[in-house]
Amino acid sequence: MAGIVTRIWRSIFTRPIKVEGERDQRRAVREWLALHARPVRVRESTLPFTHTFGLGGMSMVLVILLMATGVLLMLAYEPTPATAYRSIEALQQDYLFGGLVRNVHHWSANLLVAVALLHMLRTLVTGGFHGLRRFNWVIGLSLLAGILAANFSGYLLPWDQLSYWAVTICTGMLGYIPLAGPWLQGLMRSGQEIGASTLVMYYAFHTTVIPVTVLVFMAFHFWRVRKAGGVVDPVPPDPDSDAQPGYVSTLPNLLMRELAVGLALVAAVLVFSVLVEAPLAGPANPGMSPNPAKAPWYFLGFQELQLHFDPLFSILIVPILGAVFFLAIPYIRYAPELSGPWFLSPTGRKTAAIAAIAGAVATTAMVLVDELWLHSISDSVAPVLLRGLLPLAIICAGIAGFRFYLVRRHSPAGAEQVQAMAVLLLSCLVTLTIIGVWFRGAGMALVWPWQI
Amino acid sequence: MNTPQTRRSFLGKLWFLLGGVALAEAFWLAGDFLRPRNRRTRRGTPSSIIVAGPVERFETGTVTAFREGKFYLARLDDGGFLALHRECTHLGCTVPWRQDEGRFVCPCHASSFDIHGDVLSAPAPRPLDLFSVRIENGIVKVDTTSPLKRNVFDASQVARP
Ligand code: FES
Repeated sequence: MAGIVTRIWRSIFTRPIKVEGERDQRRAVREWLALHARPVRVRESTLPFTHTFGLGGMSMVLVILLMATGVLLMLAYEPTPATAYRSIEALQQDYLFGGLVRNVHHWSANLLVAVALLHMLRTLVTGGFHGLRRFNWVIGLSLLAGILAANFSGYLLPWDQLSYWAVTICTGMLGYIPLAGPWLQGLMRSGQEIGASTLVMYYAFHTTVIPVTVLVFMAFHFWRVRKAGGVVDPVPPDPDSDAQPGYVSTLPNLLMRELAVGLALVAAVLVFSVLVEAPLAGPANPGMSPNPAKAPWYFLGFQELQLHFDPLFSILIVPILGAVFFLAIPYIRYAPELSGPWFLSPTGRKTAAIAAIAGAVATTAMVLVDELWLHSISDSVAPVLLRGLLPLAIICAGIAGFRFYLVRRHSPAGAEQVQAMAVLLLSCLVTLTIIGVWFRGAGMALVWPWQI
Repeated sequence: MNTPQTRRSFLGKLWFLLGGVALAEAFWLAGDFLRPRNRRTRRGTPSSIIVAGPVERFETGTVTAFREGKFYLARLDDGGFLALHRECTHLGCTVPWRQDEGRFVCPCHASSFDIHGDVLSAPAPRPLDLFSVRIENGIVKVDTTSPLKRNVFDASQVARP
């Protein structure tokens, strides 16, 4: 009897489970499927938490949390306009910890957007996109797009006033795209207006195509990191010195750290979800728009842009220019290809800080000038020129001038210039988002946060 | 000329072609499943026409909301009728009528429209869309099949009893 149990056990775990000594540890990493995605040894200098803040691993933990809670939610949820809202209410009342499961799903999803963005920032400012990592930057951006798609499609599902009008507004923006706009809007709404077929489509994509795509891309992403020899080394080996870079074995050094970060994150999300309810407004009412009607927070930067630019620019041209810049980052020629410590160098740190401040200040100033002054004089005068080309030209000139100033004043290397420009754009986006979330009240008028 | 080499490469190309056709078919299929379907009835069929009521019921200078039809029936000061789609032309919020101010004000980004649906204040790019109104034997009927876009209000859009 005992013999057969042992035989079955051995057939599953071909190696002893107990890991003793360094040789066993290395062998475990090499031969266990779950650990196979990791290198056997890692550079010791990459280990400190503050080098990566474990952001990539955190994203993965959040995705796992989302899938687990998502499957539970699917058991309770009914994707039709007549029943969706009631099924959410029933979930919160009749299911064991139903509300908590929904909270965890909601907060993990929102946190994932933030963590993925921070992860991108970390990769950017440690120069983790050169050489073998070049294409992985693009995969990472695709993952970010997938995460946003998952969040947005999930936003509609509760079918409350928030979700109904947020999706109305966001799909309404698509209508302004020249030529393809109305077609695209019809596709995204699955009809003239949001209704039963929209809900079914969003539900289907949210629960199948999008998560599966994200998983596949995640595997691809991790594999490329592994092929590039782990994360960027903050202390790149000095070609002139003979000192051998210090390696340690992945198990336990890296894995135990990752486990600690993951568990701490799960604990934090759970505590937060116990304390803070996921928002749920009244049931969707197509006859009454709430005031203000806002997009989900991760699109509020774009909604803010909408208020200042002609739609052609705010919906199409500016986002495309931004996307092209971020996709192009790894393909620009750098000499030298700096990477390693945060912000690359003291000069990089200084220029990035200046760029962040400049972006925030300039964005705030432009929003205020437009809102308080230009709006009153520019109504109905050639919008494409006055609210499109002209401001865009001024902004581009401003960015070019800023770069010129940086080069003159601080003489950063090419990599540091690109870093400063990317930080500048991200700072603008963050500022726009903050204004959209906290400083826009009824009728999208500018207000103080406590007046909303 | 007909060596096995060229035959093989020809067959290889054929496989590629077939694969491409199969892929195109899959996309075609998925595209059709995603295509928006107009679940509403066709133009002119009875259920898309909403009978608003007799002409006298609507006083001049008032606006009446029709929930199922998603429109407002405006009776202008000269007695003419307009059926205005309730969707804001900016991003699609539902605009309520304010009788005291005599205009539609969008709650979302504060566009406003007069009783003709004309834009009083931006960001809305064009007047409220129209549904066609017919008056038969003193009864007002509105065809809600699909809203008509327009760039300005003009008198020809008004239905008169
Ligand atoms: S949707 Fe009405 S003003 Fe924006």
